[in-house]
Amino acid sequence: MTDIPATPDRTLIVLGCPEAPAQQALAFHVAHNLRMRGAGVLIAGNPSVLSLLKVSDPEKHYVTDTMVFEKCIAEVVGKKRDCDLCVVFAHNDAAIAYAATMRHLLPERRLVVIVFGKDPGPLADEINFPCEKIIDKAVHNPMQLRKKIDEVFGWAA
Amino acid sequence: MGCIENLNYEMILPLGASFRECREYVENNFLEFWYVDPGYRLFDEYIVGLPPIALGIDSTKIVFPYTKPCHGTYLLAIEDADEAARVRKTARKKK
Repeated sequence: MTDIPATPDRTLIVLGCPEAPAQQALAFHVAHNLRMRGAGVLIAGNPSVLSLLKVSDPEKHYVTDTMVFEKCIAEVVGKKRDCDLCVVFAHNDAAIAYAATMRHLLPERRLVVIVFGKDPGPLADEINFPCEKIIDKAVHNPMQLRKKIDEVFGWAA
Repeated sequence: MGCIENLNYEMILPLGASFRECREYVENNFLEFWYVDPGYRLFDEYIVGLPPIALGIDSTKIVFPYTKPCHGTYLLAIEDADEAARVRKTARKKK
């Protein structure tokens, strides 16, 4: 990982399945904090998770740019899209696969994988590639995980 | 599942298979297998997962892992001579 600015100019947030409610709240939290610090934020995910964001934030206060994950992958593979920081939310095996894919496609970029859900430990153990991990048993209540995220990104009060 | 949903596929391993299980299944059950990395294009989809990703080939049938965000990973098989030929040209033999 080289030349990562303290506040990244371009952040890609990859969301997993929207089944765990904590994900959406924390996605808004991360996007909001990055945007407050001047970063551009793109959120990628499946159509359902993107619809949840759009319905929750109709005036785009928190999330301005979204993209279906498959299109995002296509652009990264085609060298049409890059980022300084990639944040992946993972509460199941599929999202770990997304994180591994981003690691492979963006080997020099800062990658933070937020592992959560009912049993995040075994899921985090599946990660055998270089990244920063934030792990917490969060499904409905995002508060403890938010605290850990704030510490990692230096947003703690 | 995008366009793959519209193809005539056979499910080899049920939903919830891990990437390691998919790779080991391909390596142990197919005489011909190839490796690709995440982002490899197959049937107009980008394959995601933990590298190396194993693809099995049985004549003109390709066996590959496919991930759905809310459900996990399937190991699917699709018959396609052209795509099998392309895999043989573009994938690698070594992990």
